[in-house]
Amino acid sequence: MLRLDCLRAVHPQLEKCVVVTIMGAIAAELQSVGHRPNFFYLQHAMGLASSTGLGIALSLPAQTIVVFDGDGSVLMNLGTFSTMARYRPRNLIHIVFDNESLLSVGGFPTATSTGTDLAEIAKAAGIPRTAVVSDCAGFVEAVNDALVAKDLTTIVAKVEAIGPAKFVTDLTLLENRFEFSRYLRTLRR
Amino acid sequence: MPVSVNSSKAIYDALKACGIRLVSALPETWLVHLIRMAEDDPEMILVRLAKEEEGVGISAGAHFAGVSSAMLMQNHGFLASINGIVSFALLYRIPLLMLISYRGSFGEKDPWQTQGGKVTEPLLRALGIPYFCLQTTESVPIRIKQAQELSASSLQPVALLLTRDLMWEE
Repeated sequence: MLRLDCLRAVHPQLEKCVVVTIMGAIAAELQSVGHRPNFFYLQHAMGLASSTGLGIALSLPAQTIVVFDGDGSVLMNLGTFSTMARYRPRNLIHIVFDNESLLSVGGFPTATSTGTDLAEIAKAAGIPRTAVVSDCAGFVEAVNDALVAKDLTTIVAKVEAIGPAKFVTDLTLLENRFEFSRYLRTLRR
Repeated sequence: MPVSVNSSKAIYDALKACGIRLVSALPETWLVHLIRMAEDDPEMILVRLAKEEEGVGISAGAHFAGVSSAMLMQNHGFLASINGIVSFALLYRIPLLMLISYRGSFGEKDPWQTQGGKVTEPLLRALGIPYFCLQTTESVPIRIKQAQELSASSLQPVALLLTRDLMWEE
């Protein structure tokens, strides 16, 4: 399964969500599918995309927040599972693209390549809904189920370690940050 | 436990007065009353963290959504948050109001706190983060208000160091 195909497949559903991604391949690929003002790409601070999603989810309970995380990033902040589970924002969908690799820095294998199971970690931390998917149809179904379920969900999507040719895009970090913030503030109740 | 209730109350009231609606925290002795006050306040969202760096992301998310927040942590929690502060808050111009208990300074009796005490101010200076040492209960309301104002106008982190003189009564 290719991450790019997954992103393309759910791109229409993301129009009405608030989206936070990690750096590197996911950010570049989502932009290549189509940037929107409700998308924020955290182009560093590995591990904090889910924390950012949690902060938004608690601040905007009427919105659906989707976080696109990665195995390398979430392994740097496993405590995020216990913090998310503790507050259980029902409007937060946490998607982890697991390519078992630190692709953006040369493809070194992560611990998920030797058996670490992120969905089981999420479940054991108390995330009420978890799923593991390995094909695009299953991915779309899991995302749609999570949107309907309206409960905190972690979806681990097993994808190939293939990414875009380059990671730097035309969208500058601060332009994205201020556009996103301005958009979110129109959503306040 | 000789943690000052008066100073804790002054800090909490000052946070409320400047519109703080979300507080992230990791328990530490000097912060017990403050965390309890946040917990007992139905108007406050309290997020108890596993590690302080998570608070940088949570505060950033809250800021994007228009909610003012504060971070309660020990200085060792500040040390544990530095990558998040640099590669999120400074990189993306995120205002953080950091209330940091200043352990390991004059009067410290716990050996394990002493190294963190030495490096706290030099690190704040190295990061270019404006900070102020809160030493008296009377100075709390104005300094917290000023710190919040500077953080909001500069879109950068600002720190208040909660000293032993402020937080500990014995």
